[in-house]
Amino acid sequence: MFKVILSRIGQAALVMLVVSAVSFVMFRYVGDPVASMSRENAPIEEKQALRRSLGLDQSFVVQYGGFLKRTLSGDLGISYRNQRPVTELIAERLPATMELVIVATFLSLALGIPLGVLCALRPSGAAARLVQAVSLIGISTPTFVTGIVLILVFAVTLGWLPSFGRGQVVEIGWWSTGFLTWSGLKSLILPGITLALYQLTLIMRLVRSEMIDVLSTDYIRFAKARGLPMRYIHFRLALRNALMPVITVTGLQIGSLIAFAIVTETVFQWPGMGLLFIQAVSFADIPVMAAYLLFVGLLFVIINTIVDILYAVVDPRLRARSA
Amino acid sequence: MNIKLAVTLSVAAGALMSASAEAKTLRWSSPTDVTTLDPYAHTESFTTSMLHHVFDPLVRRGRTLELEPALAVSWKNVKPDTWRFELRRDVKFHNGNPFTADDVVASFARLLDPGARARGNIATVRKAEKVDDFTVDIVTDGPYPLLLNDLAGVYILDKEWMEANGALKPGNIATGVTTAASTTAVGTGPFKVESYKPDAGTNFVVNPDWWDKPQHNLTRIEFKPVKSDATRVAALLSGELDLIAPAPLQDLGRIGSASGFKVIEEPSLRLIMLSLNFRPELKAMPGQKNPLLDPKVRQAMWHAIDMETIKKRVMRDKSRNTGTLVAPPVPGYAKENDAILAYDTNRAKALLAEAGYPNGFKVKLNCPNDRYINDEQTCVAIAAMWTRAGIQTELQTESRATYFPRQDRGEFDVSMVGWATLPPMDGFSVLSSLLAAQKDGHGGSNSSTYTNPKIEELTRKSASELDETKRRGMLVEALKVAHDDVAYIPLHQQPVAWAVRDGVDVPQFPDEYVRLWFATIK
Amino acid sequence: MNTLASPNLIMRIGAPISVMLAALLALVIVGCALLAGWLAPYDPTDLSTFELINAEIPPAFTADGDSRFLLGTDNQGRDLLSAMMYGARVSIAIGGGAVLLAASIGVFLGLIAGYFGGRIDALIMRIGDVILSFPTILLALLVSGIARALFPQAGTAEWAPLILICAIAIHEWVQYARTVRAATMVETAKDYVKAVKVIGLPGRRIMLRHILPNVMGPVLVIATINLAAAVLTEATLSFLGVGMPPTYPSLGTLIRIGNEFVFSGIWWIALFPALTLVLLVLAVNVVGDWLRDRFNPKLRVKR
Repeated sequence: MFKVILSRIGQAALVMLVVSAVSFVMFRYVGDPVASMSRENAPIEEKQALRRSLGLDQSFVVQYGGFLKRTLSGDLGISYRNQRPVTELIAERLPATMELVIVATFLSLALGIPLGVLCALRPSGAAARLVQAVSLIGISTPTFVTGIVLILVFAVTLGWLPSFGRGQVVEIGWWSTGFLTWSGLKSLILPGITLALYQLTLIMRLVRSEMIDVLSTDYIRFAKARGLPMRYIHFRLALRNALMPVITVTGLQIGSLIAFAIVTETVFQWPGMGLLFIQAVSFADIPVMAAYLLFVGLLFVIINTIVDILYAVVDPRLRARSA
Repeated sequence: MNIKLAVTLSVAAGALMSASAEAKTLRWSSPTDVTTLDPYAHTESFTTSMLHHVFDPLVRRGRTLELEPALAVSWKNVKPDTWRFELRRDVKFHNGNPFTADDVVASFARLLDPGARARGNIATVRKAEKVDDFTVDIVTDGPYPLLLNDLAGVYILDKEWMEANGALKPGNIATGVTTAASTTAVGTGPFKVESYKPDAGTNFVVNPDWWDKPQHNLTRIEFKPVKSDATRVAALLSGELDLIAPAPLQDLGRIGSASGFKVIEEPSLRLIMLSLNFRPELKAMPGQKNPLLDPKVRQAMWHAIDMETIKKRVMRDKSRNTGTLVAPPVPGYAKENDAILAYDTNRAKALLAEAGYPNGFKVKLNCPNDRYINDEQTCVAIAAMWTRAGIQTELQTESRATYFPRQDRGEFDVSMVGWATLPPMDGFSVLSSLLAAQKDGHGGSNSSTYTNPKIEELTRKSASELDETKRRGMLVEALKVAHDDVAYIPLHQQPVAWAVRDGVDVPQFPDEYVRLWFATIK
Repeated sequence: MNTLASPNLIMRIGAPISVMLAALLALVIVGCALLAGWLAPYDPTDLSTFELINAEIPPAFTADGDSRFLLGTDNQGRDLLSAMMYGARVSIAIGGGAVLLAASIGVFLGLIAGYFGGRIDALIMRIGDVILSFPTILLALLVSGIARALFPQAGTAEWAPLILICAIAIHEWVQYARTVRAATMVETAKDYVKAVKVIGLPGRRIMLRHILPNVMGPVLVIATINLAAAVLTEATLSFLGVGMPPTYPSLGTLIRIGNEFVFSGIWWIALFPALTLVLLVLAVNVVGDWLRDRFNPKLRVKR
């Protein structure tokens, strides 16, 4: 058991090493911060001096070594653009993205589970067919189109909801929340829906197929034969069993949602990490981009490792195989 | 006890009521954001304009952009290279500290630090010296006619605050210095920073103790950056904003016709032009002589561009076509230089044939797609026009982040340049940066390697000419040489177009700065 | 009625009418795109054919329309219908190219991993796990970012499609590899493969002649569904500005350009390309879903 956990953690560390190398390579060669940093009429010598002082003229290995060393000591560098420690910037943006992801996850579960159950219980009913059709349209529409249409309808035409930003936020310690004000809540609706659509279909289909699987097991058939009420069978027995994989997938998807929020945040000018990333790309703000990739990578690795270890703990067969 | 409480309550209520009765909040948006609150740690004109609300320079630009006294009340040349400034008395910083000569000296020392990114804004200043508590001498490298222009961009910080917060050195990623100054701004200006959150918003409140008599009636400014044009317009029209600057040209008609909103506009100082490669070969035709070296070819390329249609369709009649490299309000502008080579495809073809290219030639055109107003659209149109005139144009557009470094390295055949002569607002910046060869600190943006001996001579002479009439004459002469030689192809002068809701009165300036200390709202 | 004897194609395949309609729609769009060179009234990629003076003409069926331009013109004076046909061609070519590349890599690596097992298998599958733990969009942004920084030409019409294909395929091959690996393991364990091995046929031959044909079914199903996803990813990248250039637009580029005009009353530049994109992806998805349910009910593709 201990060995399994150790090997998983070792693998995770290896993956992070690869991710950090990739992030460094990419961001070392994307754009040129010197151009964005020096003034309009700076002489060439001044620009070269700046490049030297940033260490951009040193060899690749030296630069990567320095990068790795600083990263391990928790120093992700200073943003070229804002002149502030990158960790501070990311911490400032984390709440915005996390709240968006929480709302999106909540919406996709709140809608996806009932709809999935509906489709599983009456697979050929009219409602199930309609839901299936709509979900197909949902996954066929790019997120940015959904976002633009929502803004066009609910912000521009009807004027019900704000078209951008987080509205008024309340600071609780270092966390800023939009949940406590009316305008903050209103601002969460459109981007939350846009991001939720991305995984609503996934949850729905998963619930449906798991439910169908569970409903065809002997255990449910015995329950039916015993004459237990159908509601009890469907919701207490079948759904409960079908929910385990749903919860696992939801957890695994949190990393994806954070990364996918790049598109949603761009469309809604949502001041989260995704927007920070895209803005950093256009400014060639290397430390911010590298830190973002590392952060998302770390999140993925942590979630995946935890799930792996949990499975190994729960399932002795896996334990045997890895050992 | 009870009475006392009641009195307190009623006073508080009264204060609240009067505050709310007079509360005038301006909410506005632009596509760019304030990158830092440290005025010496950046070189972006938008951030400079925002920080002007918080800080004052020694001299500032007035309502017609004339230079006028700010923290300095008067000045004189005591020696050709030494200027003596008498400072304003009874000025207080936002933290209550008095403003004195020590603050000026400490601020200049901070800006002259090799780690200051904005160091180049006062390249010719050597030092600032305290004469007495309210007199300061500024020493330059030799006679320098444009010192006041440069000083209008130097904001004064509080020495005591910098000492207390370890901010005597400017923030710089190269030196690893981050200071409290990048997130806190203590100035003497008309507004104080209430909160600063990059990409989310920056809020200002009025400074009731400002030394100048306010011409605005604002109590609060809420700024939110919105990158997407469409979202910004939507937010204005749905009442979430009072002002958007700039307003996208394609939406001006719609905003203007909506009730309760209006468009305000004025030409900018920024001129858009095409830079031409003067190297022996073009990237598009390796191994062959560069056709752009022939002035006839350059004229042909100018004749082949239909700027009238670009103005009408792409710029929606908001731009002004130009034949010279500086805008009319800028010293160095002369009407006789502002002559556009008329759109004439036949003339262009004839000139190409004369130059030995009857079947045209191949050229690459590179443009940014997120820097100037409708830059990408303008370039697609030019590529189509040139292709029809026989010059087979291959267009590539890209983001400013990759575009400008490549332009600096001279990788382009033909590329788009925008020049606003900022911050000095003087034609000398065109000579020094765009026309002179890369030598002696000149030619910082002349990556096309254009060289002309006459311009080299005039650039150096005008740099230290203190007689304004003679100096302007030199600028005009140099710009005439550039025009006749087609050193660059001038295209148009960008518009400054903003949109406001009714009741908001904000003056516009051709340097594209937003100066809300002149704004009033109802 | 004997289904085999029936002349009715629909009955024979057993597809519901909605799937047939979707297939037809997909065929029409793909057909128009592939034949754009012949069908389109103008060539929007030839700079000398369009005039700025014709910019922003509304569709022909509206009051201010012009009969020369059925769906109106874009902000440069390009015929929108032609631009969409060529744009769809670009989108489909990139999507199809990405699927082809991903499938080739995936099948190859899957066969190797499944046939040889051991360390090679572990290595390939571990790389796959790492890649799958990042979403397509982030990896694609990474790849196109690296490409753009290394070769300045990466954003041009010649190079951008190749870069986009690689950027999308780098994520998608893992699915094929996983499926093929599993199927290969099952096949390898079967008696006939063991028998062929005993005869002494080389591994390459066994994989190509005996195992490959048996795993192609699921690969085709994944490919269909992936085509839709690849087209969407390309559109998103182009929308974010790292896709096809405006001189050679894909559907995503057209939507990006149109988006700047969507609130200005010039709705057609964004609407028609967006509609085409959604319909194309929807049609392919419907067909893909049906294929999956019919031929491989156990196969579940994660997005």
